[in-house]
Amino acid sequence: MSTDSIAAPRSNSAQSPKYKRNKGSNSSFEMVAWLFMRLSGVILIVLIFGHLFVNLMVGDGIHAIDFGFVAGKWADPFWQIWDLAMLWLALLHGTNGVRTIINDYAERDGTRMALKTILYIATTVIIVLGTLVIFTFDPCPPGAVIDLPSFCPVP
Amino acid sequence: MWSWVGHRITGVVIFIFLLVHVLDTSLVRVSPEAYTAVIGAYKNPIMGLGEAGLVAAIVFHAFNGLRIIAIDFWKKGPKYQRQLLWGVLALWAVTMIPFLIRHLTIVFSNFFGGH
Ligand code: HEM
Repeated sequence: MSTDSIAAPRSNSAQSPKYKRNKGSNSSFEMVAWLFMRLSGVILIVLIFGHLFVNLMVGDGIHAIDFGFVAGKWADPFWQIWDLAMLWLALLHGTNGVRTIINDYAERDGTRMALKTILYIATTVIIVLGTLVIFTFDPCPPGAVIDLPSFCPVP
Repeated sequence: MWSWVGHRITGVVIFIFLLVHVLDTSLVRVSPEAYTAVIGAYKNPIMGLGEAGLVAAIVFHAFNGLRIIAIDFWKKGPKYQRQLLWGVLALWAVTMIPFLIRHLTIVFSNFFGGH
Protein backbone atom coordinates (compact mmCIF):
# COMPACT_ATOMS: atom_id res chain seq x y z
CA MET A 1 0.00 0.00 0.00
CA SER A 2 1.52 3.25 -1.07
CA THR A 3 1.65 6.02 1.41
CA ASP A 4 0.25 8.80 -0.68
CA SER A 5 0.21 11.70 1.66
CA ILE A 6 -2.42 14.31 1.26
CA ALA A 7 -1.01 17.61 0.17
CA ALA A 8 -1.31 20.41 2.66
CA PRO A 9 -3.97 22.91 1.72
CA ARG A 10 -2.89 25.31 -1.00
CA SER A 11 0.62 23.92 -0.96
CA ASN A 12 0.71 23.55 -4.72
CA SER A 13 3.16 26.28 -5.42
CA ALA A 14 2.25 26.58 -9.06
CA GLN A 15 -1.29 27.47 -8.11
CA SER A 16 -1.22 28.90 -4.65
CA PRO A 17 -0.48 32.49 -5.59
CA LYS A 18 -3.49 32.44 -7.83
CA TYR A 19 -5.78 30.94 -5.21
CA LYS A 20 -8.97 32.93 -4.97
CA ARG A 21 -12.05 32.30 -2.92
CA ASN A 22 -14.18 34.04 -5.45
CA LYS A 23 -13.26 32.70 -8.85
CA GLY A 24 -16.05 34.53 -10.56
CA SER A 25 -14.94 38.11 -10.60
CA ASN A 26 -12.30 40.47 -9.46
CA SER A 27 -14.78 43.23 -8.72
CA SER A 28 -14.57 45.07 -5.46
CA PHE A 29 -18.33 44.90 -4.91
CA GLU A 30 -18.12 42.94 -1.65
CA MET A 31 -15.52 45.32 -0.26
CA VAL A 32 -17.62 48.35 -1.14
CA ALA A 33 -20.65 46.63 0.41
CA TRP A 34 -18.70 45.92 3.59
CA LEU A 35 -17.62 49.56 3.83
CA PHE A 36 -21.12 50.78 3.03
CA MET A 37 -22.56 48.74 5.94
CA ARG A 38 -20.27 50.60 8.34
CA LEU A 39 -20.65 54.08 6.86
CA SER A 40 -24.42 53.86 6.51
CA GLY A 41 -24.62 52.40 10.02
CA VAL A 42 -22.93 55.43 11.56
CA ILE A 43 -25.16 57.87 9.66
CA LEU A 44 -28.28 55.81 10.45
CA ILE A 45 -27.65 56.12 14.18
CA VAL A 46 -28.05 59.89 13.92
CA LEU A 47 -31.01 59.70 11.52
CA ILE A 48 -32.94 56.97 13.37
CA PHE A 49 -32.30 58.22 16.90
CA GLY A 50 -33.38 61.71 15.81
CA HIS A 51 -36.46 60.24 14.12
CA LEU A 52 -37.48 58.26 17.20
CA PHE A 53 -36.80 61.15 19.54
CA VAL A 54 -38.86 63.69 17.60
CA ASN A 55 -41.75 61.31 16.88
CA LEU A 56 -42.00 59.40 20.17
CA MET A 57 -40.39 61.49 22.93
CA VAL A 58 -41.19 65.13 22.22
CA GLY A 59 -44.58 66.68 23.01
CA ASP A 60 -47.37 64.13 23.22
CA GLY A 61 -45.23 61.34 21.74
CA ILE A 62 -46.88 58.72 19.59
CA HIS A 63 -50.27 60.03 20.60
CA ALA A 64 -49.70 63.23 18.63
CA ILE A 65 -49.07 61.41 15.36
CA ASP A 66 -51.78 61.90 12.77
CA PHE A 67 -52.02 63.26 9.23
CA GLY A 68 -51.43 66.83 10.38
CA PHE A 69 -48.27 65.82 12.24
CA VAL A 70 -46.73 64.26 9.12
CA ALA A 71 -47.90 67.15 6.95
CA GLY A 72 -46.31 69.63 9.33
CA LYS A 73 -42.97 67.81 9.19
CA TRP A 74 -42.88 67.42 5.41
CA ALA A 75 -43.76 71.07 4.88
CA ASP A 76 -40.13 71.59 5.88
CA PRO A 77 -37.43 70.53 3.35
CA PHE A 78 -35.21 69.67 6.32
CA TRP A 79 -37.43 66.74 7.31
CA GLN A 80 -38.00 65.77 3.68
CA ILE A 81 -34.24 65.34 3.17
CA TRP A 82 -33.86 63.69 6.58
CA ASP A 83 -36.55 61.12 5.83
CA LEU A 84 -35.31 60.59 2.28
CA ALA A 85 -31.77 59.87 3.47
CA MET A 86 -33.10 57.57 6.19
CA LEU A 87 -35.32 55.71 3.70
CA TRP A 88 -32.54 55.06 1.21
CA LEU A 89 -29.76 54.28 3.66
CA ALA A 90 -31.87 52.03 5.89
CA LEU A 91 -33.32 50.08 2.96
CA LEU A 92 -29.98 49.62 1.20
CA HIS A 93 -28.27 48.70 4.49
CA GLY A 94 -31.06 46.30 5.44
CA THR A 95 -31.22 44.77 1.96
CA ASN A 96 -27.49 44.18 1.87
CA GLY A 97 -27.66 42.65 5.35
CA VAL A 98 -30.48 40.29 4.37
CA ARG A 99 -28.59 39.44 1.16
CA THR A 100 -25.67 38.29 3.33
CA ILE A 101 -28.00 36.22 5.48
CA ILE A 102 -29.59 34.57 2.42
CA ASN A 103 -26.12 33.77 1.06
CA ASP A 104 -25.25 32.18 4.41
CA TYR A 105 -28.27 29.96 4.87
CA ALA A 106 -29.84 29.20 1.48
CA GLU A 107 -27.57 26.51 0.12
CA ARG A 108 -29.31 25.57 -3.11
CA ASP A 109 -28.58 27.90 -6.02
CA GLY A 110 -32.23 28.06 -7.02
CA THR A 111 -33.46 28.91 -3.53
CA ARG A 112 -30.82 31.58 -3.15
CA MET A 113 -31.66 33.19 -6.47
CA ALA A 114 -35.39 33.10 -5.75
CA LEU A 115 -35.05 34.64 -2.29
CA LYS A 116 -32.74 37.37 -3.53
CA THR A 117 -35.06 38.17 -6.43
CA ILE A 118 -37.97 38.61 -4.03
CA LEU A 119 -35.75 40.74 -1.77
CA TYR A 120 -34.63 43.06 -4.58
CA ILE A 121 -38.17 43.47 -5.91
CA ALA A 122 -39.49 44.33 -2.44
CA THR A 123 -36.67 46.83 -1.85
CA THR A 124 -37.18 48.54 -5.21
CA VAL A 125 -40.93 48.85 -4.73
CA ILE A 126 -40.56 50.29 -1.23
CA ILE A 127 -37.77 52.74 -2.13
CA VAL A 128 -39.69 54.06 -5.15
CA LEU A 129 -42.96 54.25 -3.22
CA GLY A 130 -41.40 55.98 -0.22
CA THR A 131 -39.54 58.50 -2.38
CA LEU A 132 -42.67 59.35 -4.36
CA VAL A 133 -44.68 59.79 -1.18
CA ILE A 134 -42.15 62.22 0.31
CA PHE A 135 -42.03 64.38 -2.83
CA THR A 136 -45.58 64.24 -4.19
CA PHE A 137 -47.19 64.71 -0.81
CA ASP A 138 -49.97 67.33 -0.56
CA PRO A 139 -50.41 68.59 3.02
CA CYS A 140 -53.81 70.10 2.22
CA PRO A 141 -55.54 67.57 -0.09
CA PRO A 142 -58.72 68.92 -1.68
CA GLY A 143 -61.87 67.57 -0.09
CA ALA A 144 -60.18 66.39 3.10
CA VAL A 145 -61.61 67.64 6.36
CA ILE A 146 -60.01 65.92 9.35
CA ASP A 147 -56.57 66.23 10.94
CA LEU A 148 -55.30 68.87 8.53
CA PRO A 149 -52.28 70.94 9.60
CA SER A 150 -53.13 74.42 10.87
CA PHE A 151 -51.61 76.19 7.84
CA CYS A 152 -54.18 74.75 5.39
CA PRO A 153 -56.88 77.20 4.18
CA VAL A 154 -60.12 76.63 6.07
CA PRO A 155 -62.62 74.99 3.67
CA MET B 1 -21.31 34.60 19.24
CA TRP B 2 -24.58 35.47 20.93
CA SER B 3 -24.08 39.14 20.13
CA TRP B 4 -23.78 38.09 16.48
CA VAL B 5 -27.03 36.08 16.67
CA GLY B 6 -28.68 39.07 18.32
CA HIS B 7 -27.35 41.43 15.67
CA ARG B 8 -28.69 39.20 12.87
CA ILE B 9 -32.13 38.70 14.35
CA THR B 10 -32.61 42.37 15.22
CA GLY B 11 -31.40 43.34 11.72
CA VAL B 12 -34.00 41.15 10.01
CA VAL B 13 -36.81 42.18 12.37
CA ILE B 14 -36.08 45.88 11.84
CA PHE B 15 -35.91 45.37 8.08
CA ILE B 16 -39.33 43.69 7.96
CA PHE B 17 -40.82 46.41 10.14
CA LEU B 18 -39.29 49.04 7.87
CA LEU B 19 -41.06 47.58 4.82
CA VAL B 20 -44.40 47.73 6.65
CA HIS B 21 -43.66 51.17 8.10
CA VAL B 22 -43.09 52.70 4.64
CA LEU B 23 -46.39 51.16 3.50
CA ASP B 24 -48.40 52.55 6.43
CA THR B 25 -46.81 55.99 6.06
CA SER B 26 -47.69 55.93 2.34
CA LEU B 27 -51.34 56.16 3.36
CA VAL B 28 -50.81 59.92 3.81
CA ARG B 29 -50.95 59.93 0.02
CA VAL B 30 -54.35 58.20 0.05
CA SER B 31 -56.25 60.40 2.48
CA PRO B 32 -55.94 61.92 5.96
CA GLU B 33 -58.74 59.59 7.11
CA ALA B 34 -56.93 56.45 5.90
CA TYR B 35 -53.64 57.46 7.52
CA THR B 36 -55.10 58.55 10.82
CA ALA B 37 -57.23 55.39 11.05
CA VAL B 38 -54.31 53.01 10.51
CA ILE B 39 -51.85 54.97 12.66
CA GLY B 40 -54.50 54.86 15.39
CA ALA B 41 -53.82 51.13 15.62
CA TYR B 42 -50.26 51.93 16.72
CA LYS B 43 -51.57 53.75 19.77
CA ASN B 44 -53.18 50.94 21.74
CA PRO B 45 -51.20 49.46 24.65
CA ILE B 46 -50.48 46.12 22.94
CA MET B 47 -48.88 47.90 20.00
CA GLY B 48 -47.19 50.26 22.46
CA LEU B 49 -45.38 47.26 23.96
CA GLY B 50 -44.51 46.08 20.45
CA GLU B 51 -43.02 49.49 19.68
CA ALA B 52 -40.99 49.31 22.88
CA GLY B 53 -39.63 45.92 21.75
CA LEU B 54 -38.82 47.30 18.32
CA VAL B 55 -36.97 50.28 19.77
CA ALA B 56 -35.09 47.91 22.08
CA ALA B 57 -34.06 45.90 19.01
CA ILE B 58 -32.96 48.98 17.06
CA VAL B 59 -30.97 50.41 19.98
CA PHE B 60 -29.18 47.08 20.51
CA HIS B 61 -28.44 46.74 16.79
CA ALA B 62 -27.18 50.33 16.63
CA PHE B 63 -24.80 50.13 19.60
CA ASN B 64 -23.62 46.64 18.72
CA GLY B 65 -23.07 47.94 15.16
CA LEU B 66 -20.73 50.56 16.62
CA ARG B 67 -18.99 47.77 18.50
CA ILE B 68 -18.51 45.80 15.24
CA ILE B 69 -17.07 48.92 13.64
CA ALA B 70 -14.72 49.42 16.60
CA ILE B 71 -13.56 45.79 16.37
CA ASP B 72 -12.89 46.22 12.64
CA PHE B 73 -11.15 49.58 12.68
CA TRP B 74 -9.69 50.13 16.14
CA LYS B 75 -6.34 48.45 16.75
CA LYS B 76 -7.30 47.24 20.20
CA GLY B 77 -10.91 46.50 19.21
CA PRO B 78 -10.56 42.70 18.91
CA LYS B 79 -8.75 42.53 22.24
CA TYR B 80 -11.47 44.43 24.06
CA GLN B 81 -14.44 42.99 22.17
CA ARG B 82 -15.87 41.44 25.33
CA GLN B 83 -15.59 44.62 27.36
CA LEU B 84 -17.11 46.48 24.41
CA LEU B 85 -20.10 44.13 24.58
CA TRP B 86 -20.64 45.10 28.22
CA GLY B 87 -20.41 48.71 27.10
CA VAL B 88 -23.09 48.03 24.48
CA LEU B 89 -25.38 46.46 27.07
CA ALA B 90 -24.79 49.33 29.51
CA LEU B 91 -25.49 51.98 26.88
CA TRP B 92 -28.54 50.01 25.80
CA ALA B 93 -29.92 50.06 29.36
CA VAL B 94 -29.09 53.74 29.83
CA THR B 95 -30.98 54.56 26.61
CA MET B 96 -33.90 52.21 27.14
CA ILE B 97 -34.84 53.13 30.70
CA PRO B 98 -35.75 56.79 30.01
CA PHE B 99 -37.28 55.80 26.70
CA LEU B 100 -39.51 53.16 28.27
CA ILE B 101 -40.64 55.47 31.07
CA ARG B 102 -41.58 58.21 28.61
CA HIS B 103 -43.12 56.06 25.87
CA LEU B 104 -45.10 53.73 28.12
CA THR B 105 -46.39 56.69 30.14
CA ILE B 106 -47.67 58.28 26.95
CA VAL B 107 -49.17 55.04 25.64
CA PHE B 108 -50.89 53.97 28.85
CA SER B 109 -52.03 57.33 30.20
CA ASN B 110 -53.61 58.35 26.92
CA PHE B 111 -55.34 55.00 26.63
CA PHE B 112 -56.74 54.71 30.13
CA GLY B 113 -56.89 58.43 30.83
CA GLY B 114 -58.99 58.91 27.74
CA HIS B 115 -58.74 61.78 25.34
C1 HEM C 1 -29.05 52.34 13.76
C2 HEM C 1 -27.91 52.26 13.11
C3 HEM C 1 -27.33 50.96 12.56
C4 HEM C 1 -26.04 50.57 12.72
C5 HEM C 1 -24.92 51.31 13.47
C6 HEM C 1 -25.89 49.31 12.03
C7 HEM C 1 -24.68 48.62 11.92
C8 HEM C 1 -24.54 47.40 11.29
C9 HEM C 1 -23.28 46.72 11.10
C10 HEM C 1 -21.91 47.24 11.50
C11 HEM C 1 -23.54 45.53 10.50
C12 HEM C 1 -22.55 44.44 10.14
C13 HEM C 1 -22.30 44.40 8.67
C14 HEM C 1 -21.28 43.37 8.28
O1 HEM C 1 -20.96 42.48 9.09
O2 HEM C 1 -20.77 43.47 7.14
C15 HEM C 1 -24.98 45.45 10.31
C16 HEM C 1 -25.65 44.38 9.74
C17 HEM C 1 -27.00 44.36 9.48
N1 HEM C 1 -27.90 45.39 9.66
FE1 HEM C 1 -27.48 47.15 10.56
N2 HEM C 1 -27.09 48.94 11.48
C18 HEM C 1 -28.01 49.94 11.76
C19 HEM C 1 -29.33 49.98 11.37
C20 HEM C 1 -29.98 48.96 10.66
C21 HEM C 1 -31.34 49.03 10.17
C22 HEM C 1 -32.29 50.24 10.31
C23 HEM C 1 -31.60 47.82 9.57
C24 HEM C 1 -32.88 47.35 8.87
C25 HEM C 1 -33.46 48.03 7.94
C26 HEM C 1 -30.42 47.00 9.68
C27 HEM C 1 -30.29 45.71 9.21
C28 HEM C 1 -29.14 44.97 9.22
C29 HEM C 1 -29.04 43.60 8.77
C30 HEM C 1 -30.18 42.73 8.21
C31 HEM C 1 -27.69 43.22 8.92
C32 HEM C 1 -27.05 41.86 8.58
C33 HEM C 1 -26.75 41.07 9.80
C34 HEM C 1 -25.81 39.92 9.51
O3 HEM C 1 -25.29 39.80 8.40
O4 HEM C 1 -25.60 39.14 10.44
N3 HEM C 1 -29.45 47.72 10.35
N4 HEM C 1 -25.56 46.61 10.80
